[in-house]
Amino acid sequence: MDVSGLKEKARQLRLDVLDMVLKAGSGHIGGSFSAADIVAALYYSVMKLDGEDRDLFVLSKGHAAPLIYAVLADRGIVDRREKDRLRAYGSPFQGHPDSNKCPGIDCSTGSLGQGVSVAVGMAYGLKAKGSSAHVYVLTGDGELQEGICWEAFMAASQQMLDNLTVIVDRNRLQLSGCTEDIEALGDLRAKAEAFGFDAEEIDGHDFSAIIPALQRRAEGKPRFIVADTVKGKGVSYMENRYEWHGNLPKGDQIAEAYKELGGRYDG
Amino acid sequence: MGEKKASRFGFYLGLTELADEHRDIIVLDADLPKTTGSEAFRKAHPERFLNVGISEQNMVGMCAGLARVGYVPFCGSMAVFAAGRAFEIIRNSVAYPSLNVKIVGSHGGITAAGDGGTHQCIEDLAIMRALPNMVVLSPCDSNQAAKLAKIAYEHDGPLYVRTSREPTEDITTMDDEIELGKAQKLLDGEDLCIVSTGMMSVIAYEAAKELQTDGISCSMLNIHTIKPFDSEAVRKEVARCHGRVLVAEEHNCIGGLGDAVARSLVGMDGISFEHIAVEDRFGQSGATAELLAAYGMTKENVADKARALIKG
Repeated sequence: MDVSGLKEKARQLRLDVLDMVLKAGSGHIGGSFSAADIVAALYYSVMKLDGEDRDLFVLSKGHAAPLIYAVLADRGIVDRREKDRLRAYGSPFQGHPDSNKCPGIDCSTGSLGQGVSVAVGMAYGLKAKGSSAHVYVLTGDGELQEGICWEAFMAASQQMLDNLTVIVDRNRLQLSGCTEDIEALGDLRAKAEAFGFDAEEIDGHDFSAIIPALQRRAEGKPRFIVADTVKGKGVSYMENRYEWHGNLPKGDQIAEAYKELGGRYDG
Repeated sequence: MGEKKASRFGFYLGLTELADEHRDIIVLDADLPKTTGSEAFRKAHPERFLNVGISEQNMVGMCAGLARVGYVPFCGSMAVFAAGRAFEIIRNSVAYPSLNVKIVGSHGGITAAGDGGTHQCIEDLAIMRALPNMVVLSPCDSNQAAKLAKIAYEHDGPLYVRTSREPTEDITTMDDEIELGKAQKLLDGEDLCIVSTGMMSVIAYEAAKELQTDGISCSMLNIHTIKPFDSEAVRKEVARCHGRVLVAEEHNCIGGLGDAVARSLVGMDGISFEHIAVEDRFGQSGATAELLAAYGMTKENVADKARALIKG
């Protein structure tokens, strides 16, 4: 898919997230919007989605679940009608991704940091088996405050997992404020390099940067992409405001959000 | 009597042998292979052994990933770190998605001895049995640990095994037929029923033999599977033994075998219940024999409690 197609997909994914979260009455919009372009690039351009050696994706920032659900519904892996049942009893679309309840989810996540470790285990196992599959794991930046991430990073470079790509959704905001004010993450690219990764920093909303970064491999080294993003990207009043981590738009805000995303609000 | 052996070594001897045939077995350890017993596996199958360093949380997380790509991973550390440090990873990345990961906690109970209270895990059975989807095993000796390695492998799903540091006589043999979720009858008797697990089964077995010379006949159920718990066998055996039951475990009195037995007996009349366990306090350093005496884990205490039950 070309860049204009990907932009359109990402716009549609954001609209679907908004639909789902509003219907559910709760959910995480801000971090879903910041990651939407990265996920669109993975699922509509970069990842091999079928076959025995298909690539694996771990949404370690599991609270961005509506975003991955939007992809699964769009690709027909889950019935589109399930989009009306985010967080509902018996729904495949649980509050956080559940691999036993939802087809197309490679890893149950929700407890921050653990997806990184599971992804490292997947990559280690696939490499040991001689598989050509690649493992992509998307983490939040606040998530990297969890110590298990750094344990997993050490293991990834020790085991030379060049079939692993860690992508950090670097929106610089977490639930209660700015990451740098709460527990500063600092220069993540330098940190990743110090941990033995082949690292780079990109604009996480620019497909011409995202796609080559996701495709790049470094022999003997895992890859680390610091994707600079904007929390709430796509709806101006949400952008770069931590309040939109878990809050829902109300009243006129709803119509405004749909308008900015080029969608129609059915109220 | 044969040579004394520790169940922590027995388990990995069993697993090492099994891995000749089953190429999907892989073992992870957090820098304690000689301590946990996984060294035997490392030597025999170095290509399927990974020392992840001192990082129990990542060890468990990686096992979840390995299970997702088709391996049957076993990972271990001392019980306090395997079940404790990594608990929430076990909960959310193994038990919740019901992945085929086996956690092996060595040094269960107070017989980690010299290392002291930080290393003596008295709560692992409680926290592991509280997890949905989790199977919990607790072999009584080295032979049984080796047999349980096969049972653990054959069970498809999350599983925790507790092994012991302390070498003991084997009271079971490699020819014993044991089954997941079924209590193992070690002795037939009718005056009271001893229900025990882990090393306390060995101690209670010695006590029961001595009681026999005093004319007290003990029935004895060894519980190698803490969960799923064989309530039916316990109810049946306790009923046959006039409702007299003595539970013995090297674990806190809260949440372990004692609670499982008590729950299974709810609704039965005329139950007399005694419990040898750690009385809700932490361990401490000491020689093994000293600690066992200080915490009531002796054959003398088992015999005293048994006599008290019979006196009523």
